Amino acid sequence: MSNVAIVGTGHTKFGVRTDVNLQELTWEAVKQALEEANLEQKDIEMFVVGNAGGWSSEPLSAIAIGEYCNLAPKGTMRVEAACATGSAAIRIAYQAIKSGEAKVALVIGVEQMNQSPHPVAVEMMGRAGNYFWEFENFGLTFPGYYALYATRRMAKYGMKEEDLGSVAVKNHYYGSYNPYATFQKQIKMEDYLKSRVVAYPLKLYDACPITDGAAALILASEEVARKITDSPVWIVSQGFASGTINLSKREEFLTIDASRVATEEAYKRAKIDFSDAWRYFDVADVHDCFTIAEIMAYEDLGFAKRGEGHLMARNGETYIGGKIPVNVDGGLKAKGHPIGATGVSMAVSITRQLLYRAHKGTQADIRNGMGITHNVGGTGHYAYITIYSTRKPNA
Amino acid sequence: MGTLEIKEKQFNEIDKRVLEQIDQLIKIYGMPIMREPKTNNPLWVDVRDLTQRYVIPIGKIYKFFEYLNQGKLIGTKCPKCGTIYFPPQDDCTSCRLSGLTTVELSGEGELLTYTIITVKPLSFMHYQDYIVGIARLKEGINVLAWVNEDPKNIQVGMKVKLSVVKREPEGYITYELRKA
Ligand SMILES: [Zn+2]
Repeated sequence: MSNVAIVGTGHTKFGVRTDVNLQELTWEAVKQALEEANLEQKDIEMFVVGNAGGWSSEPLSAIAIGEYCNLAPKGTMRVEAACATGSAAIRIAYQAIKSGEAKVALVIGVEQMNQSPHPVAVEMMGRAGNYFWEFENFGLTFPGYYALYATRRMAKYGMKEEDLGSVAVKNHYYGSYNPYATFQKQIKMEDYLKSRVVAYPLKLYDACPITDGAAALILASEEVARKITDSPVWIVSQGFASGTINLSKREEFLTIDASRVATEEAYKRAKIDFSDAWRYFDVADVHDCFTIAEIMAYEDLGFAKRGEGHLMARNGETYIGGKIPVNVDGGLKAKGHPIGATGVSMAVSITRQLLYRAHKGTQADIRNGMGITHNVGGTGHYAYITIYSTRKPNA
Repeated sequence: MGTLEIKEKQFNEIDKRVLEQIDQLIKIYGMPIMREPKTNNPLWVDVRDLTQRYVIPIGKIYKFFEYLNQGKLIGTKCPKCGTIYFPPQDDCTSCRLSGLTTVELSGEGELLTYTIITVKPLSFMHYQDYIVGIARLKEGINVLAWVNEDPKNIQVGMKVKLSVVKREPEGYITYELRKA
């Protein structure tokens, strides 16, 4: 089994990207990744396209992208795992290289949500639970699903509106330093508190925006990576899990069970101790589609004790210089959440962090050379946890 | 009001405006090309629309709808392991047993959590803001439904009762939660 290295990264500006179509948007990221790795399309043995799809017009997005980016006739597929689509795409390429089936693979994550009118986009995301039993008659929305967790945590753990606000303020703060972010504007707690309710108790400033964007990664086997670069970032391990489609079948509505299971798998493979996991990592990107999701991620990753995630936010422990810097690229909240691109974007952010290539104002202190991404699909329907290191893992 | 009237009232205005806009664009530019107001980016406005309405098979759990029609809510129960299923399903996939029995639900439980949907999906635009809650019933299963109460009177943990109601303005039969 080969070790798997990241040897090239690409990332577009996120936001309303109606200046380009889906293929053109993807090419911006692919071109950057090829240039970084100093590779040509002919060197790519396979490409995986993470695109949740439906928001944009091309149904066979992988093929449209393959033609435009000059990747055909290499083998491909479109991968879907809701908001964790990008991490699922990474998984396919990771496994291909680890097993020796491929030596160089390109991972693409892309979504162009602004091709659909906003009310349709809201409808499509609401349908992404159990369609028949939870949407057809009861019209849940994406923020609505997470709001059910927020309400219960407020009642059970004494989490305050301002705790959620602290996450929004932090992520907007770092977004302001990220030229790729949708929102590059800092907000104050009073702006947060004044923003309008979209699904009580969640407000507009609790939510990630509807976003267009693309990101790309080139993965290579150890043998190839050695020839390409002196500074590869290795994928140490990945854990993944799934949750119930019906939200009503969850037990407690306090944390995301699938993300806990995936974390335990990733930690076990990487020999990381759950109870003081934060000590291992210099930086983390977690799935903050809503502020409440970031708070639950702190607990599901073992950074905070169960029921105390909101205290980490309240005490500012996830800023650079704190216990562990989280979402210092602005997170989904400020950077944006182009569904299929998000998991790949997280990997790009962490890779550049570990190589001291983060944008000015967002660089964490790298001591252990390790970072982690936490990517949740739907409302805890899918979960992918991936661990990265500048040190080569044992094959 | 039936679904046809609702559709006409709610959506035809929007559809009509879009179609008029497309005609106007073609007249002016020879093609359906518009400028996005915020960015001035040129956009092709799709001439082909896609309306999707699924038909969803319910044959294996048809009893649920027969009972609902009589004002009763049921779950299904596996005779082997005793698991009660809601939403109802006819297969106990852990026992690999099909043809489960039905159990009438008590409808009594407590509210685990709730949200108030103020930004609604397109197909729910014609309703007032609504409350979605999840209740845990006495028999240990959870049910998700609208909570028909003033938001001021709602609390996590309060006793609730599940009952069969007509959803207006469509007038079809469904179920909801109320304060017990
Ligand atoms: Zn059974």
